[in-house]
Amino acid sequence: MMFELLGVPPQVMMGQLLLGLINGSFYAVLSLGLAVIFGLLNIINFAHGALYMAAAFVAWMLLNYLGIGYWPALILAPLIVGTLGIVLERTMLSRLYHLDHLYGLLLTFGLALIIQGLFRNYYGISGLPYQIPGALSGGQNLGFMFLPNYRAWVVVASVMVCLGTWFMIEKTRLGAYLRAGTENPTLVGAFGVNVPLMITLTYGFGVALAGFAGVLAAPIYSVNPTMGEQLIIVVFAVVVIGGMGSIMGAILTGYMLGIVEGLTRVFYPEGSAVVIFVIMAIVLMLKPEGLFGRRA
Amino acid sequence: MAMNDTTTESAPATESAGMPVLHKIIFAVLLVFLIALPFFVYPVFAMKVMCFALFAAAFNLLLGFGGLLSFGHAAYFGAASYIAAHAAKVWGLTPELSILCGAVAAAFLGVVIGSLAIRRQGIYFAMVTLAFAQMVYFIALQADFTGGEDGIQSVPRGDLFGLIPLADNMALYFFVLVVTFGGILALYRVVHSPFGEVLKAIRENEQRAISLGYDVNRYKLIVFTLSATMSGVAGATKSQVFQLATLTDVHWSMSGEVVLMTLLGGMGTVFGPLVGASLIVTMQNYLATFGAWVTIIQGVIFVIGVLMFREGIVGVVSRWLKRSL
Repeated sequence: MMFELLGVPPQVMMGQLLLGLINGSFYAVLSLGLAVIFGLLNIINFAHGALYMAAAFVAWMLLNYLGIGYWPALILAPLIVGTLGIVLERTMLSRLYHLDHLYGLLLTFGLALIIQGLFRNYYGISGLPYQIPGALSGGQNLGFMFLPNYRAWVVVASVMVCLGTWFMIEKTRLGAYLRAGTENPTLVGAFGVNVPLMITLTYGFGVALAGFAGVLAAPIYSVNPTMGEQLIIVVFAVVVIGGMGSIMGAILTGYMLGIVEGLTRVFYPEGSAVVIFVIMAIVLMLKPEGLFGRRA
Repeated sequence: MAMNDTTTESAPATESAGMPVLHKIIFAVLLVFLIALPFFVYPVFAMKVMCFALFAAAFNLLLGFGGLLSFGHAAYFGAASYIAAHAAKVWGLTPELSILCGAVAAAFLGVVIGSLAIRRQGIYFAMVTLAFAQMVYFIALQADFTGGEDGIQSVPRGDLFGLIPLADNMALYFFVLVVTFGGILALYRVVHSPFGEVLKAIRENEQRAISLGYDVNRYKLIVFTLSATMSGVAGATKSQVFQLATLTDVHWSMSGEVVLMTLLGGMGTVFGPLVGASLIVTMQNYLATFGAWVTIIQGVIFVIGVLMFREGIVGVVSRWLKRSL
């Protein structure tokens, strides 16, 4: 076996690969949401990590206050957080479109601080447990490794959502409007498409994607006000590496970097926290516009 | 990438010969005020304000005059803080040499990160600087000399030039006053030099500056490095004041705070960052017992500032007075 040649037991190798794939799933769904929002609104949603965290809390609240379980929460929490996103876009972000895009970054950074601070105030930072749904507890023994069912579900669900989003944007009529709006919003508006509405819904959808990732993450990591903050910075690096010009690019870069991170944990554990940033530095040197980016 | 929508365009051009009288008066009054300050307030608090004022002024050089939004300035502030603390504690260097070490480290980091970050513009630039700052954070978390979660504690306050003991808060205060006030004047000099004029030209219209034959990337790298270096001076000085370097100094929230200070005081103004830093540090001081509410209030200030108060406090005053501040 190749793995044994490298001095690493296959169980360790596969375990870290799976962990990398799980992280990659979150990178992919979050960077996809950022890319969708960026395409039409030209802003980077700094509140993305905070909204991801908020959705995990919404799922927890639905369960503990209303007795609504994981499966409905998987739909409801993204809807609730997406609606919050729509409110934020209508009341605040929409006032900034005529300004430098950096103001959108500053505004969403402020929103992230508020959301995170509120949850910290009321729920502390120790983290709240969220049970794995009954149907997905346990796991499969694949011979070479033990595969927990829930982790397999996270990978499958994230791939489905990513491909679904890609299909919607690249292959449907609605997606065609969206892509046209990205290229030239004025012209699309002249054809009778309600561009402001499209922008609002796009932001809501991007946020809902973050919310979906948040619910997926809730049973894996404990529900914690700080769960989004570290993640979002790594996702920013992912987005810089991939470039936000391509939907499929954002998805692939997310999974790829998750796996690279997992492999680094096997062969050089000290470097696993920084490997994505190192890759970002290399990409900036060799192909500054990003792996899938278009020359700005 | 003009971040300012009003301040500098509406302000009259600075006189080419020296500092305008108004600025001279303000700096003189400020100096007198700062000399008297430690007799009325706790000197350590006043020193903290001054360190952050220098940090915000250094940041403003990059954002307000260079038009570059770095979201990772905690990296230079924090790295310098660690290096200066290490230099004073382990190498036993004098305070001024420790600060110098910190500044050199920040300058080095500024050159490395800056040369990579300027390959992207606008939003990407902000994300790249933030990501590299997070990398510095992880290094600070894992490296041996930084002390992990504990940071570097009980850094000795040495003797200035090996002669003047700075253990006393009052003595240290006047040393910090000289360093920070000197730093702020140096930044003022940079902004109002021919170099600063080219910077503003690049900020207003990068393509035009290129067509006029300016090596835009060189200017950007120089201003980035200058800003990082002065942020380093601020961080290094802070570590001498508190005898402490911790992860807080390199955390992304520190990067956010300096953006907030500059935004609140007024981007692209001379005195705005000083006002913003004073207000934010004072607020943190009085609200320290309220925990996460400080974060929430800072977030609210961000939101209000961006939505309806983009000129900042000094920007508004400057518009009323029709004078560049």
